[in-house]
Amino acid sequence: MALVLNDEQTMLRDNARGFLAKNAPIAHLRALRDKRDADGFSRALWKDFVELGWAGILVPQDYGGLELGYVEAGVVMEELGRTLTPSPFLSTAVLAATAIARGGNEQQKKSYLPKIVAGELIATLAVDETAKHHPEKIAMPAVRAGNGFKLSGAKTFVIDGHVANLLIVAARTSGKAGDTSGLTLFLIDAKAVGVRAERTSTVDTHNAARITFDDVSVGADNVLGKIDAGWDVLEGVLNAGRAAVAAEMVGASEEAFSHTVTYLKERKQFGKAIGEFQALQHRAAHLYCELEVTRAAMLKALQTLDDSYDRSGAIVSVAKARAGLSATLAVQEAVQMHGGIGMTDEFDIGLFMKRIRVCQELFGDSNFHADRLARLNRY
Amino acid sequence: MENLENFRKETRAWLEANCPAEMRRATQTEEDACWGGRHWKFQSDAQRQWLERMAAKGWTVPEWPREYGGGGLSRDEAKILRQEMSALGCRPPLQSFGIWMLGPALLKYGSEEQKREHLPKIARGEIRWCQGYSEPGSGSDLASLQTRAEDKGDQFLVNGSKIWTSYADKADWIFCLVRTDPNAPKHEGISFILFDMESAGVSTKPITLISGASPFCQTFFDDVLVPKANLVGKLNKGWDIAKYLLTHERDMIGGMGTTSESRSLGQIATDTVGTDNGVLADTVLRGQIAAFEIDALAFRLTMERAGDMAKVGQAHPAVSSLLKYYGTELNKRRMELVMSAGGTDALEWEGERSREGRTARAWLRSKANSIEGGTSEVQLNIIAKRILGLPGA
Repeated sequence: MALVLNDEQTMLRDNARGFLAKNAPIAHLRALRDKRDADGFSRALWKDFVELGWAGILVPQDYGGLELGYVEAGVVMEELGRTLTPSPFLSTAVLAATAIARGGNEQQKKSYLPKIVAGELIATLAVDETAKHHPEKIAMPAVRAGNGFKLSGAKTFVIDGHVANLLIVAARTSGKAGDTSGLTLFLIDAKAVGVRAERTSTVDTHNAARITFDDVSVGADNVLGKIDAGWDVLEGVLNAGRAAVAAEMVGASEEAFSHTVTYLKERKQFGKAIGEFQALQHRAAHLYCELEVTRAAMLKALQTLDDSYDRSGAIVSVAKARAGLSATLAVQEAVQMHGGIGMTDEFDIGLFMKRIRVCQELFGDSNFHADRLARLNRY
Repeated sequence: MENLENFRKETRAWLEANCPAEMRRATQTEEDACWGGRHWKFQSDAQRQWLERMAAKGWTVPEWPREYGGGGLSRDEAKILRQEMSALGCRPPLQSFGIWMLGPALLKYGSEEQKREHLPKIARGEIRWCQGYSEPGSGSDLASLQTRAEDKGDQFLVNGSKIWTSYADKADWIFCLVRTDPNAPKHEGISFILFDMESAGVSTKPITLISGASPFCQTFFDDVLVPKANLVGKLNKGWDIAKYLLTHERDMIGGMGTTSESRSLGQIATDTVGTDNGVLADTVLRGQIAAFEIDALAFRLTMERAGDMAKVGQAHPAVSSLLKYYGTELNKRRMELVMSAGGTDALEWEGERSREGRTARAWLRSKANSIEGGTSEVQLNIIAKRILGLPGA
């Protein structure tokens, strides 16, 4: 497949860009932050996303969704990255929709997917238990009890965990931390007895929570996929999330870069535009190359999820690792080249730096993915 | 699409029937590659046969028009041909600066007569070309070149010297930048001419490089007479052709970092440092190799994307500077890792065990990648100016 967007995808990008520039510019994030909004995102804006079909962008048409692909979901993520818009798109429309559509049985799909499409359900994935992403090291036990299971433990940095109605929880039903077998995915109502969400205040003013499970009962019909074989579903869902976050980083870093290039042309020192200094020209040109190279990998990762979902691991790791590094370079150069003004809260550049730091950690940082690629290539 | 699938089937069948077994093994040395030319000595009958058969189909230059010795293939067909050749392990039947550099420039700027005269000979591997660009005093500042071509009626009288002329001592003809108006601003007094290296007054002197090899020469022109019919394009307008040709040279050099090697870095390092529970025992080296492989794969995709964008008319002309810069820096990084992974084995300079110091010599050779065809710094200047639009760049 050609590594360019087709006409429909280009139209989606242009529409998304126009819509977000008008309805959710960076001022939108600032307003949520400054009034310490309890949800951390705008439910009115999410309703608009639902009307645009974005909540069901990956949901099969049989359940009312648009049934588009990961390239299209990535297009939306990239635009959300440009405007730093907080929304349940990643948690609900990408992670949960993928998990349920790919791993759920007919009953589960029927009960949850139409609600996601309609904006009636915010759902998320609860995986990490430690500060660094390491999904095979999941230790939280799910112990058989009668016809179902009982879960006890805690999940950290659950995206949108404080507003989610449905949690997709990865827990250990057998084996030991480090084994990929023995994991099971559970669909758990956020209001179930014993579930407690504590919002995490994060550097980027986006949304995450720490969720504790105190002897939470789950029926056997709320197992997503097969018992002990949750890894098969989880890995694909994580890959989808990783590629989506890579797309968000591409959008955010290109936006930060574009602000920086504009600044280089406008800011005058020593009687000339600072963009005339070769010391800055070469750094800007190098950064441009890094961003272009990342974009190719990001697009290929999204296309691979659409074409060969089960064989996307290596290219997704390439895309996530690259996006983490080139976006980090982009925001560091952005602050440095803006000089003192780049350090001020009033200026938007710092907000990009904060968001990129969070995206770098989500679902594995660049080192995690370099290690994963090395393992896949057997060295 | 159906036609393309038919083309793929026919191409595979033809290659299977016509590519000699010997030409399906990876090239080991520089001599394994066929450069053609008046003085070319074929390494084997298979090498000759393979060139002749491919040239007869026009597939040494698949996308050139048929009337000039090309295959007349569409971009998609040419891509299929490349894929099928790669699947069967077929060597390129011919490689030359005529194919990579002069040909595209002649197709765009040459007169009908020049195209008919020179392109078929390039396609058939009959004439080997070299490139007369850099001069001892003109490296990155190429447009400051001083080689003079004076107007002598029907002919130019050429005097001066070129340097870093790749394989000038083996080439039959040269495409050469000369100053035809010394009084004009530097970019506006340059012309692009072609002449026979057997002309009276041409001499070459190989330059030994740090790798021990001498692929480059200094080339001297002492009262060389060149017919005016060999001027390509308009008088004093050679800089446009020079730049166009450079984009092709950059694509060629930028692609060097992606040539498939028989052993991956991970394998080389596994052999030298060993593994611990399935991962390389040297974990720092392992991280460096993985980081390199991430960038290398992403860069291959960037080249693919550049081609796809060109096809839909979205490519920026300066993208060749991006590919040249990134690809050559990547290749240098790769060779540093090859040396690091190889340890002292990679330091051997002579002898059969090291295949005459192949690794060390390739490592040293790679250092020229970011100099030849415009330095990395020149590429960054071009990107800053033409893509980012930074002032004064």
